[in-house]
Amino acid sequence: MAQVLEDLKFTNDHEWAHEEGEVLVIGITDYAQDSLGEIVYIELPSEGDEITKGDPFGAVESTKAVSDLYAPVSGDVVEVNEALLDAPELINGDPYGEGWMIKVKVYDHGELEDLMNYEEYTDFVDNDVEE
Amino acid sequence: MKKTSLNSIHRELGAKMVEFAGWEMPVQYEGLRQEHLAVRSSAGLFDVSHMGEIEVRGKDAIEFCQWVTTNDVKKVENFQAQYTLLCNNEGGVVDDIIIYKFSDEHFLFCVNASNSDKDFAWIKKEEGKFDVDVSDASPQYSQIAVQGPQSKPILSAAIGRDLDGIKKFRFDAINWNGVEMIVARTGYTGEEGYEIFLPWDKAPLLWNELMQSGAGGVKPCGLGARDTLRIEMGYSLYGHEIDEDINPLEAGLGRYIKLDSDDFIGKNALVKSLERGLSKRLAGFELIERGIPRQGYGIFKNGNFIGTVTSGTLSPSLEKSIGLGYLSNETGDDRIQIRIRDTFREAKIVGIPFYVK
Repeated sequence: MAQVLEDLKFTNDHEWAHEEGEVLVIGITDYAQDSLGEIVYIELPSEGDEITKGDPFGAVESTKAVSDLYAPVSGDVVEVNEALLDAPELINGDPYGEGWMIKVKVYDHGELEDLMNYEEYTDFVDNDVEE
Repeated sequence: MKKTSLNSIHRELGAKMVEFAGWEMPVQYEGLRQEHLAVRSSAGLFDVSHMGEIEVRGKDAIEFCQWVTTNDVKKVENFQAQYTLLCNNEGGVVDDIIIYKFSDEHFLFCVNASNSDKDFAWIKKEEGKFDVDVSDASPQYSQIAVQGPQSKPILSAAIGRDLDGIKKFRFDAINWNGVEMIVARTGYTGEEGYEIFLPWDKAPLLWNELMQSGAGGVKPCGLGARDTLRIEMGYSLYGHEIDEDINPLEAGLGRYIKLDSDDFIGKNALVKSLERGLSKRLAGFELIERGIPRQGYGIFKNGNFIGTVTSGTLSPSLEKSIGLGYLSNETGDDRIQIRIRDTFREAKIVGIPFYVK
């Protein structure tokens, strides 16, 4: 289920979100996985958990660093990519596809308007790198 | 930022470069895990030119070393190396170092990059009490480590020398096509291996020769693998398990401290600490539940805080989360909990080294 990048929304914490019917699929961007390096561990919420926009909903650890995952919107977790628990390297290999993390039933779709589109995000990353 | 003479080689090899102790160093090339496993199964090549070197020469060199270091220098033979500590007056650790003895009047200290200037200043101020000359030799030396079960044939082929004569913790001065090198059978990985000191600008020559002679069997390795390899062995790293405020007896380094022999800086404080009784000890643990322990995480027992994690990683060899940390003496059974992001994960105390061949 590789994504068309132009269809995704992005946070400035380098998560992506994609609307698929009723649910929002969430993962981290290619830039995020590349900066982290080899991801060796992930913690994700459980099905039924509530996530809150801007708050951590989990964490990824690479061989170098720990990084929190921030919720792009508020909602209920309806599905978790359990495959990542045993194979977190999927995030490195295919961050927009097999590396998806959770699916969420969004409370307020208006919150999606606060996120960046692909063009805005690539500008953001370019500036981030220059800093 | 300081650069080693291998900097451009690291870049050509596609290394990810990071700042470490004021140096721009490779943290990984292909990937930490592959590099780590290459050292365990075959061989890895490390640029450790950032390490500091201090030269001690003079009639009183033995007495001087005996005074500034904790281990018993009088037991060291010519062309033998010794792991030892520099302590402060309070018995805290200034640095952990390896000393190389050339003769009764000539020693080389290899010290941590992060402490290089501090160590030199620290021992230089003792110079006046002895007939010795202490000089900072760091700018003169590059240092390359070849580590792993294949390190001997690879190094031997590279420099065209039989290395059978160099036993563990021994070294030799070798002239390789006019390049004066110190080839020491020491390391920081727990594997067979060598550390080679050579003139600053000659490192690329040897590096390329080693990459060729080890073709297929040797991987360039970064600081990342160096750290996970030493954690699996339970080796202390300055700034983690040891520092100026840590008593080395609590760090489990008592066998490198000559409390029953000549006087040295910090001895009184260490003897007194034993009389008072040590209040904590360094221990190894592995996680039973999911999670990776990191420096600074709290260690708990039945809800009570009992210590702090000093190092931790997901062990590439064992495929388990392992860590080192200080525990207050009373832990009862071997079960502890590590606090990771506000949750408590079950762990159990295990022996060091974590990794045994």
